[in-house]
Amino acid sequence: MHPAFSVIFLTTLIGVGQGLFLALFTAQSYALFDLLPRQDSHAFYAHGSGIALLFLIGGLIASFFHLGRPERAWRSATQWRTSWLSREVIVLPAFMGMVFLYGLVHLFDIKPVLATLPGGIAIDLTVVIGTLAWLLAFMLYGCTAMIYACLRFLREWHSSLTVINYILLGGASGFTLATLFAAIAAPELVRFFAGWAVIITLLGLVSRVASLIRNARLKPKSTLQSAIGIKHPKIVQTTQGFMGGSFNTREFFHGKSAAFLRSIKWIFLLLAFVVPVLLLATGLSGSAPVELLILAFVVQYLGLLAERWFFFAQANHPQNLYYQAIG
Amino acid sequence: MTQLALVIDLNVCVGCQACVTSCKEWNTSGAAGPLVDQNPYGKDPTGTFFNRVQTFEVGEFPNTETVHFPKSCLHCEDPPCVPVCPTGASYKRKEDGIVLVDYDKCIGCKYCSWACPYGMREFDEAQKVMKKCTLCVDRLYDPQMTAEERRPACVRACPTSARLYGDIHDPESEVSHAIREAGGYQLMPEWGASPANHYLPRRKTKLRLRADEIERADNPLKVDGLLPKPGKSEPSLDDVTSW
Repeated sequence: MHPAFSVIFLTTLIGVGQGLFLALFTAQSYALFDLLPRQDSHAFYAHGSGIALLFLIGGLIASFFHLGRPERAWRSATQWRTSWLSREVIVLPAFMGMVFLYGLVHLFDIKPVLATLPGGIAIDLTVVIGTLAWLLAFMLYGCTAMIYACLRFLREWHSSLTVINYILLGGASGFTLATLFAAIAAPELVRFFAGWAVIITLLGLVSRVASLIRNARLKPKSTLQSAIGIKHPKIVQTTQGFMGGSFNTREFFHGKSAAFLRSIKWIFLLLAFVVPVLLLATGLSGSAPVELLILAFVVQYLGLLAERWFFFAQANHPQNLYYQAIG
Repeated sequence: MTQLALVIDLNVCVGCQACVTSCKEWNTSGAAGPLVDQNPYGKDPTGTFFNRVQTFEVGEFPNTETVHFPKSCLHCEDPPCVPVCPTGASYKRKEDGIVLVDYDKCIGCKYCSWACPYGMREFDEAQKVMKKCTLCVDRLYDPQMTAEERRPACVRACPTSARLYGDIHDPESEVSHAIREAGGYQLMPEWGASPANHYLPRRKTKLRLRADEIERADNPLKVDGLLPKPGKSEPSLDDVTSW
């Protein structure tokens, strides 16, 4: 497939936004049970939600560049019964709205206690909204990944590993950003976030490598024989029917060499996983310089851009069988 | 239920591209607006087409065969491109099974083109919406046309009648007969989309004659042995007598 930068930015940016929110709410949940020091609503949660929202808005803006007719985008919320894309279109704004509310109730300290757990733990409004947003964050990861995973003949994508990767890679970048954010806003949480960021990044490495191995072993189901229905072992296309390009030759080919593809694979494995883990390890000591954490996030985000580019480029669409020769 | 479709006879197609040009001509002049052509006379011409004729070489020299392969939307009975559409612009008509795009609803997200294993949909770079073969739906029901004209443009243009058109759910239609009797098949059956368009395979007419069928073993002339041939100078009544 031809990797579209609008979709690459959409999926990576909202991944960071979702991950950052999940990190914030994880910290709040821990603090609820007194496992972590409680943070200032205003400086930590409200600002953190604001940053998450900025990434989500960035992703939303990027997504519009993918549309031929962005003015009709509202129509895309109608087919949620059948289309994962439509479901994403609904869940993304719902999640953004919930993150906005989460930030808002923290910002203005609107914390009426709605229930009390047996241990005397007060469940206030922020926890309820946070839980809803937490659910929506995972739903959004699921919708985004299922857009690709549901296409059964794009076999590189048609796997539960796609969903797992979207959750883990988005989560990893979000927790890395949370580490950086904590280094500025709440230094006592740096170790907590850095620890989770390292764990999620390593889990992401495992599942991404698993999907790379799976994809390397795939044998195409469609062949030139099944594509034109002629049972002869040797079929060669002499012409695709036209000499200039067409949508079919632009949209479904990445247009780069196999060597380029291979190098991108090693680059993203290095940038998205290895380098950030090494940089985040400095955060585990609890006294990492902010510059290193900035570097960790930027490197990981660049790595994830490369990862997403590779994700699209690697998928081999069966229609390519029909477009192999100009003549 | 009706399922209109094309049946394309690969045994007859000569690759003349008449269906390609007639399709482009009809659909670029129709109510749905032009099919864009960019740089038509420039260095890198490109444009939107609903129909293409491709050519494949089957076999290895010297035993090769050239196969011309017309390629257009197959109007699948279970179209994978339809459920993925987020706006409902892509739909399959209940009354005749034609898969269409509502150009006024399409947002141009190109997701349906990813979801078509055959690559039959093309994005229109001018109108910024997805387009595809309509089976000339704007001809099929036009009361101002004669019955002969109410057929897809490509079918009418084909000089060798390689393209048949009709309802594949009607067992007595011309296309159903062709599929049944000439071995009609679907493309990429492995994806279960059940394309409505069928292709008829290449067929070769071979004489299957044994040597004894050419020269009868029980030829009475052979049984009795050859009769003595008359000399050249002797009178003869051709094959009949030999005195």
